[in-house]
Amino acid sequence: MGRVLEGVPRRGLALAAAVLALLLVFPFFASGYLLAVAFLILYFAYVGQAWNIMMGFAGQLSLGHSLYVGLGAYAAAALYVHFGLSPWLGLGASLLLCAAAGAVIGILAFRFGVAGVYFAILTIAFAEFARIGFDHFNWVRGSSGLFLPVASYAKNDLWNLRGSPTMFYYLMLALTVGAFIVCHLLLRSRMGYYWLAIRESPEAAQALGVNLFRYKMIAVVISAAMTAVGGVVYAFYYNNLFPEQIFHISRSIELILGPIIGGIGTLAGPIVGAFLLTGLAEGLRELMLRLGIELPGVKQVFYGLCLLAVVMFLPDGVWPPLARALGLERKARD
Amino acid sequence: MALGLSVIFGVVRVVNFAHGEMMALAMYLTLALFTALKLDPLVSLVPVAAALFVFGYLLQLALINPFINRPEHSQFMLLVAVALILVNLQLIVFGPDAQGVRTAYSFDSFQLGPLIVDAAKVYAAAAALIVAAALFAFFRFTLLGKAIRACADNYQGALVVGLDVKRLYALTFGIGAACVGAAGAMLMAIIDVTPAIGPAYTLLAFVIVITGGLGSMMGALLGGLLIGVTEALGGVLFVPSAKSMFAFGLLVLVLLFRPQGILGRKHL
Repeated sequence: MGRVLEGVPRRGLALAAAVLALLLVFPFFASGYLLAVAFLILYFAYVGQAWNIMMGFAGQLSLGHSLYVGLGAYAAAALYVHFGLSPWLGLGASLLLCAAAGAVIGILAFRFGVAGVYFAILTIAFAEFARIGFDHFNWVRGSSGLFLPVASYAKNDLWNLRGSPTMFYYLMLALTVGAFIVCHLLLRSRMGYYWLAIRESPEAAQALGVNLFRYKMIAVVISAAMTAVGGVVYAFYYNNLFPEQIFHISRSIELILGPIIGGIGTLAGPIVGAFLLTGLAEGLRELMLRLGIELPGVKQVFYGLCLLAVVMFLPDGVWPPLARALGLERKARD
Repeated sequence: MALGLSVIFGVVRVVNFAHGEMMALAMYLTLALFTALKLDPLVSLVPVAAALFVFGYLLQLALINPFINRPEHSQFMLLVAVALILVNLQLIVFGPDAQGVRTAYSFDSFQLGPLIVDAAKVYAAAAALIVAAALFAFFRFTLLGKAIRACADNYQGALVVGLDVKRLYALTFGIGAACVGAAGAMLMAIIDVTPAIGPAYTLLAFVIVITGGLGSMMGALLGGLLIGVTEALGGVLFVPSAKSMFAFGLLVLVLLFRPQGILGRKHL
């Protein structure tokens, strides 16, 4: 515990505790709709955090994270549907599968020196490959979609992940908090500093003896495995999976909007970004509903405008200036 | 189409992630011209390309130029944002349904020995070749083309000799966009347009250009041919809906063994 809290500004701790407390009591006051929105925010915060390990820490731009969401979701869901295997056991399969997928992409890319834009496009290619492949993969019902049996909401069965939205909310909250702490620890570890060095200047890092290949690989594998967990929860929350949706590139992009808007490479960025983006988008939807306007693409145009504004005017994201305003800036250490 | 992407990347070194979306825009323009003025898609190629040129020029000038010295992912996200806005504005304005044009020669075909080819495809292919040749000539033989190539070769060098690099960049983006416009107009003669076509074609263009070699015009042509043949063969040999897998498979192979593309230069 001592290590977790080391060097954290007291104000930041207080703020985190306050936010956590608020999130813990939230379901007692919220309507079903608000709870669903909150779940979505936490989901995006979580997968955003996972993506951030790769991009924000190690500087490897992945635009194919829907691959890991999809693989993870499909592995656990298919095992559950076919063999009645608990998602907690299926999770193991998901983790292994996604870690392996991440490792394969990593080995191919980093061994052959594929970097930057080329790496991003390689990740897209793999996600698209999986999307089309799963369309023709009959064991998981191909393009007609995989459905999970819908259970009654009456009792919460945590072992089989069948239950009320409130249960999923707390599960997702636990995951998000867990991811936050894991990332915090990672960033403070020796490896975290290696990653930052690689992000800032691969050549300099290599010159100082950092094994580029090994640490980039670790980043990809951790990020992929964490994303897989998000995929599993996603599958059991929505109860249906279509390759066309879950592997689609727009999902990958949706997933990375949060951390980018919040602030790439910051710990709070993905959470702040997910909250802002999903919160505002749902608010906009509500407003349109009230006004009686129905336009299908408005949410995405809004995403686009947000992204444009942040990229142009706040290249570091929303969180760094916000943190400064809140007085959370870490003191410069020598 | 892929040619436009290659031109833009080759010179400006910005990956245009809004490429397919811009093409969809061109297709809608062609459609509008057709319904309003009964203009044949291959005729409206010229005004549409001109319109897209203006669009690309302004886009580069207003949005992208401040980003030239920003990190790669930042430029990338900028264009993703542009793409998101474009595709969904199209969805709002034109609706999600597929719309097409019917020309006098829509159902004509030529017979070449044992092959039967749609007339529309033949005309479009001819137009594509003409555009490609014109572009090639422009870059090789005009002073402006030379200046643009100079910017591509050496940004600082071009600045030193007194070239207005920002304006040239905008011009290049405009030319790339005009190619896209021409491609969109041609494509309109062959297939129907929906807003969803944009992202799909962005990916396709990337696959083609990377296979051929980013920034190489001959590479873009070769890549287009190669991907076309791969997809067609894959579709014939296996299930047609899985044909794109072969294109992506080819892309992965190229990225691994020759990341600069088949005809790309090494220092990329």
